[in-house]
Amino acid sequence: MNPFAYVQPRTFDEAAAALAEKRFSLPMLKAGGMDVVDHLKEGLIQPDALVNIKRLRSQPDGAPIAEAGGKVRIEATATMAEIAASDVVKRLAPVLGLSVGTAASPQVRNIGTAAGNLLQRPRCWYYRHEQFDCLKKGGSTCYSIEGENKFHAIFGGGPCHIVHPSNLAPALMVCNGVVHIVGSDRKSLPIAQLFHGPDQGIRSEHVLKPGEVITHITCDAAPRSGFYAIKEKQSFDWPLVAASVSLELDGAKIRSARVCAGAVAPIPWDLPKVEEALKGVSVDDDAALRRACDVAGDGAKPMTDNAYKVRLLPVAVRRATLIAAGRKTEVDA
Amino acid sequence: MPDDSVHNAPTGPGCGRSCNCGRANADADGLIRDPKSNGDGVSRRSFIKTLGASAAVSSLSATSESRANALLGREVPKSAAMLIDGPEPVDVTLNINGKPLAVKVEPATTLLEALRFHLNLTGSKEICDRGACGGCSVIVDGKLVNSCMMLALDAVGAQVTTVEGLARDGKLDPVQESFVRHDGLQCGYCTPGLVMACRALLNDNPKPTLEEIKKGLSGNLCRCGTYTNIFNAALEASGQAPIMDQKMEGA
Repeated sequence: MNPFAYVQPRTFDEAAAALAEKRFSLPMLKAGGMDVVDHLKEGLIQPDALVNIKRLRSQPDGAPIAEAGGKVRIEATATMAEIAASDVVKRLAPVLGLSVGTAASPQVRNIGTAAGNLLQRPRCWYYRHEQFDCLKKGGSTCYSIEGENKFHAIFGGGPCHIVHPSNLAPALMVCNGVVHIVGSDRKSLPIAQLFHGPDQGIRSEHVLKPGEVITHITCDAAPRSGFYAIKEKQSFDWPLVAASVSLELDGAKIRSARVCAGAVAPIPWDLPKVEEALKGVSVDDDAALRRACDVAGDGAKPMTDNAYKVRLLPVAVRRATLIAAGRKTEVDA
Repeated sequence: MPDDSVHNAPTGPGCGRSCNCGRANADADGLIRDPKSNGDGVSRRSFIKTLGASAAVSSLSATSESRANALLGREVPKSAAMLIDGPEPVDVTLNINGKPLAVKVEPATTLLEALRFHLNLTGSKEICDRGACGGCSVIVDGKLVNSCMMLALDAVGAQVTTVEGLARDGKLDPVQESFVRHDGLQCGYCTPGLVMACRALLNDNPKPTLEEIKKGLSGNLCRCGTYTNIFNAALEASGQAPIMDQKMEGA
């Protein structure tokens, strides 16, 4: 790690000011620090200051998660473990807890934060390797195209082919999540507008400007919601594909659905065709449910090593739908 | 700075670092033994400790107190400027195993480095150094964390428990005892981390099911593959009958 100063703001406004002022040439925000320390150790970043917001809260009560007017409110610095264990989340938006409850490892979930999960950098092995001067680091080549792209994008790729690493982001997408920010004229931003594809800027994955700091996140209640990830390992692994689903049900029949996929595109990837196909389907009609979910892979542009994702995605979507409806998947049955 | 005198010492019982120098540095139980209390003579750790003895300090200095206040989000006078430390080494106090310990670290020092190189608490192991293996697991304010991925300054104001802090009055923690009884180790390098993960799990869930044990320990890797014995140790430490052996006999 390169030497850096350690700045301790007492409020999010102070944190935003510390990032904006010219005192440091390359200050970086740090909460839990998992991804920041990883980047420092790999030599991918050389900040001259870390602005530590690990223990800051936007609300005086200090609760990491709370119910506010029927909505869920999550502090930016709430840990993944806190979100997964929260009764408010379990009751109002279970998809959020399920999405982070099996991410990484128990140790990481005790440290990693909500906003950190949203803003973590991609896991692409070319990006993560100091020796590869890839597009994301200002180079001229995306090495995944002619290299190993087993874990890369099947939707929305090009010129860079990362998949977005956050489990929480697609979950928030199906609950109309909103991030609240300071250090800016805008006070909030829908989660659907937080991320941008590589065609709109390769060096970052989100639209926040330097000095803008997420203080907390809110989302609508989505009591019928579920998440399912397919991984190679059950611990400390990122999903091969993941699906977040929120349903409105008439008995067993789906009145409307929100479906967003993770680990398949450089941003959380909405699946409107699946949403349309799920309308009117009974979650207990296995054949109809499979038919509706099979359209999840439509329009995919797999690379040389990742066409398997096109087949896996409908499975993840269907299982997430069953979980959202309170049913068991064939794996649990 | 890391104590290079230990690492480069031509003789001595252990290197104390995860390197390729060839000197053993794995502790089965990760304990620092006080030769005065156990009468076994000088252990390798206590020998090393005399080379790089760290000062134990009993009271918080004014600066470290205000730093702790800032970290804990307590009221700090509005007029005061934001606290900025480093990049030079800073004097801080870390609460380790119930004792306030003074240490001088750069902000770029991890908690694991502070423990191993500055405080000579070498029970926590550096293995992957990327938060993937759990060998460096410690409990910070009741939560199991990877000390290799946490900055030492992030631990100021928190209560840190390392594997050295589990034994009380010369008596091993029940988790440590059942690891011994069930042979929950082979090479022993992952053991301190797994013992801490097991302790943290039982603190939160005194009677976990086998599934919960597997989940609770899923952030720790044992490359020797001693998981069966480790699960049995966790079951016994929580007052439950070890079942893995019976299952395997019937298989």
